[in-house]
Amino acid sequence: MLGFNLKQLTGVGIFLFMIFIGVPFAIGVTGRWDFYFTLTSVALLAIASAGVWLTFYIGRINIGQGAFALIGAYVSAILVVKVGWSFWISLPAAGLFAAVVAILIGLPILRLRGVYFAMITLVLTQVVTLTALALPITNGARGISNIPLPSGISLFGIPILPDFVAMESTKLAFYYTACIIMLLTYAALYRLVNSRLGHLCRSMQQNEELASSIGVNISYIRIVIFAISSFFGGLGGAMFGSIAQSVYPSSFQVADSVNFMLNCFLGGLGYVFGPMLGTLVLYFGWDLLFEFGKYQMLIYSTILIIIIRFLPNGLLSIRFSKGGDK
Amino acid sequence: MSPLLQVKNVTKKYGGLTANNAISFDVAENEILSVIGPNGAGKSTLFKMIASFTPTTSGEVIYRGERISNLKPHIVARKGVVRTFQETTIFKSMTVHESVVVAQHLRAKASLAGYFWGSKTAKEDVAAFGKYADELLEFLGMWDIRNEQASNLPQGSLRALGIAIGLATDPKVLLLDEPFAGMNHDETMNMVDLVRSVRDERDVTVMLVEHDMPAVMNISDRIVVLNFGEKIAEGTPSEIQNNEKVIEAYLGSVDDEIGM
Repeated sequence: MLGFNLKQLTGVGIFLFMIFIGVPFAIGVTGRWDFYFTLTSVALLAIASAGVWLTFYIGRINIGQGAFALIGAYVSAILVVKVGWSFWISLPAAGLFAAVVAILIGLPILRLRGVYFAMITLVLTQVVTLTALALPITNGARGISNIPLPSGISLFGIPILPDFVAMESTKLAFYYTACIIMLLTYAALYRLVNSRLGHLCRSMQQNEELASSIGVNISYIRIVIFAISSFFGGLGGAMFGSIAQSVYPSSFQVADSVNFMLNCFLGGLGYVFGPMLGTLVLYFGWDLLFEFGKYQMLIYSTILIIIIRFLPNGLLSIRFSKGGDK
Repeated sequence: MSPLLQVKNVTKKYGGLTANNAISFDVAENEILSVIGPNGAGKSTLFKMIASFTPTTSGEVIYRGERISNLKPHIVARKGVVRTFQETTIFKSMTVHESVVVAQHLRAKASLAGYFWGSKTAKEDVAAFGKYADELLEFLGMWDIRNEQASNLPQGSLRALGIAIGLATDPKVLLLDEPFAGMNHDETMNMVDLVRSVRDERDVTVMLVEHDMPAVMNISDRIVVLNFGEKIAEGTPSEIQNNEKVIEAYLGSVDDEIGM
């Protein structure tokens, strides 16, 4: 259905094998169990980054994904803790809630372009943080802690999803869950970009006036895309809250929003799978540089500057620079 | 027969400046009508109002008995009134073929969700778009450059690409913004032939804003002349050529210029 050719199919096959069998095997051999948490985080942040990438695709710089991740995390936490919903139902609900908020916020601000839109989104994360501090339902600065682990789901007595509490290794379970959601996100993103909606987005990214002259309802598509983008943000955030079993106003900060954007830049704005790679390199790279202690930030930022200087189209542009398919 | 498109008392004011003052004229089906005038006469503003890219201050534009002024541009495009731009307004990083395919989106039968899931209708649409793009590019003599990236095209081809994008939407009225600007004689003549064949073979009514007088006289069925935001004349090319007000607007009155 996705319309891959053989070469792409092989690539996807290798990738699936790596994340579902290769990584757990490598971790088992080396005994670095902490990598599960790192890689799970990468998968979840990649989901949120996918949303940011999508707003880039309509020519908008979005530095506000942290806001929607935080909204998603709170919505899921509140639904699970206070309303007693199953986590698995709260997950899409969190995404949908974030999308609805995005529509309400997007209606006025999506008219803005370039740096003006970017600045407004930059403020959003702070606004949501302050809202979470102020509202009674979010429990202020104490946040929501002791969120129970996802419970099992069974349909007509057949277990569909296992109960995380009963599991020996919740790390592995979360890792697999995060990977599966990430794969679904990117499959949807790939499909979207290669369908008519994606083509319309490209037309808007390149010239909004011309797009509207050929009958594209640009304000409608902007809203739809921003909503989908924020849905991904909410999804990633909700999952994150569930793994950490807690949500605080500071769970996602402005710096996280900036990182979501950087992930997209680093991976490549022209490639659907760019933000996934970007997230892996940024997050994992940061972790690997931990041993350098106080020089961690210095080395990290130097490398970033060099990458962006010499690969302005992102890491994935190395692969494609020799011509071939685009 | 009632006119296809009517411009009725259209006025546009920017603060104290009146760009268009109570302009009225009719456009008949299948004609080629040019709007001419010296720089700053308000031609482009008038075009923008007809395509609803800017609202009118007062007055209205009627298309097939329906008011189309002060709507969103995409709605006007859906009704069949489509404008083209000057050559810098293109989809830079798309190929010629891709641009023409995207521009056909109004013809889509499947929904956006249908495209996402790859429904049967969506697949038929995609095939039909590709086929129509091939046909259109062949018709416009752009077959050889169909796989070129738009940003790499020379000026003349960009102009043609703009027309191709406009035509791909299946318009009833096509508004061309200076289609001959910056072209040499041969290129202009080719473009004149092209615009004429668009009208003859695709049943498209063409309105154009243009400076190139020989081309305008050659191509137009009728001409509307603006000066300082006012309509000063309307008629066939030969009527316009002999109209004193027009000559005055373009050459200045005899008194002013030579002091006689």
